[in-house]
Amino acid sequence: MDNIDELSFEQSYDQLEDVIAQLESGELSLEDSVMLYEKGRQLSQRCQQLLDNAELRIKKLADDGSLSDMA
Amino acid sequence: MSDIYSVQGITAYIADILSSEPPLQDVHVRGEVSNMRAAASGHWYFTIKDANAQLKCVMFRSSTAKQSVEPRDGEAVVVHGRVGVYEARGEYQLYADEIQLAGGVGDLYRRFEELKAKLDAEGLFSEKRKRFLPAFPARIGIVTSPDAAAFRDIQNVLTRRFPLAEVILSPTLVQGNEAPPLIVKAIERLIRDNTVDVMLITRGGGSIEDLWAFNDEAVARMIAASPIPTVSGVGHETDFTIADFVADVRAPTPSAAAEVATPDLGEYRLDLERNNEILQRLIVDLHQTYQSNLVVSNRALKQTSPERHVANMRQRIDDISERIDTQQQRNLALLRERLETRIRALDNANPQALLKRGYAIVKRTDDGKLIQRETDAPVGTGITIQLNEGELTARVEDKDSHGQYRRTLF
Repeated sequence: MDNIDELSFEQSYDQLEDVIAQLESGELSLEDSVMLYEKGRQLSQRCQQLLDNAELRIKKLADDGSLSDMA
Repeated sequence: MSDIYSVQGITAYIADILSSEPPLQDVHVRGEVSNMRAAASGHWYFTIKDANAQLKCVMFRSSTAKQSVEPRDGEAVVVHGRVGVYEARGEYQLYADEIQLAGGVGDLYRRFEELKAKLDAEGLFSEKRKRFLPAFPARIGIVTSPDAAAFRDIQNVLTRRFPLAEVILSPTLVQGNEAPPLIVKAIERLIRDNTVDVMLITRGGGSIEDLWAFNDEAVARMIAASPIPTVSGVGHETDFTIADFVADVRAPTPSAAAEVATPDLGEYRLDLERNNEILQRLIVDLHQTYQSNLVVSNRALKQTSPERHVANMRQRIDDISERIDTQQQRNLALLRERLETRIRALDNANPQALLKRGYAIVKRTDDGKLIQRETDAPVGTGITIQLNEGELTARVEDKDSHGQYRRTLF
């Protein structure tokens, strides 16, 4: 399994939808479903955390192709 | 003899006369443009003429930069400026500081329509060229002026909707004659940088002249050639520019461009909550399913257990015992019935009954033995004859004297 803390929002969200689809299929052993559920919760938390901490970053692209932070 | 002037002297004198004529220092001249030449320096050199005369004109960069529209040969214009002398050539000319198309906005529309028709014919507006925008643009390139309100509007929208994004501003002028090549460069920079997922090309509202840079052919071709998906957001809702037609997506304003290019994380927040609920419900459901499966399995298990077998056997034994009991009862009843028959038979065999019918029982008096044959009672034997009521005693006589009473014996 990927390290969830390093996933982007998009990746976490996609995986979360995947987990739910798998759980909804109902073709899992109890053990697997509990594991998936746990993963789903972690993914959901990761998404939440990314949302809560998101802050728009702005950089300026100069003529020479260099990037600098903008206030 | 009058004074003799040097060339420079007389030229200066003429220049002086012209410059001392106030009407010539603030004059509007109408004519048709010819020999238009935009020099690398930013100056424009052209001639305006009518049927019988022509006037050389120069417009320096300080003025051309403020000019939205570059005049073209053959166009009727009204040029404002001052008349002066270019001493090195000995020519008078109009030093222009403003050029307006004589047809005004109508001329601009004509140009707009011409370019539109041309690019359309090349297929640059084709729906088939339009690309989808990425759903989650991690990096968003923005081609605009950093000082304009449009850029602040975009930042506000992105902060509200999609703060996960990183914004790469590629700054440019967005107005004036110098803007188009700078816009082209700004787009090129983002293409070279090659890290943004989508590019917004925007400018806030203004007059048609203000927005004119976005009707520039070079700008349009640059947008069309961009390998990065493009969103245009120029002016207001009602403004259409050539840039809008070539971009993959046209948004009515800069803010709208930021909106169409990004997902609304607010919706994802709701989605997340919903997903959490679904997750919760799914796991509860699963547990319930397994729980009830367990109950069913337990029941099945019990049915195959020895305990059950023993109980079964016990029941069969009970069954059998019961059947035995019943049979026994039936046998007893049968026996009882037979017994009663016997008893009745016995009753029927009661000698008393015979006596009642007139029979008598004869016994030897001395030992009480029943006399059943002749030899049981020789002559002289005392016998007792039992009758239905009472009994008689007698003595056996000689057979021959039967029927005769012989007193002689006594």
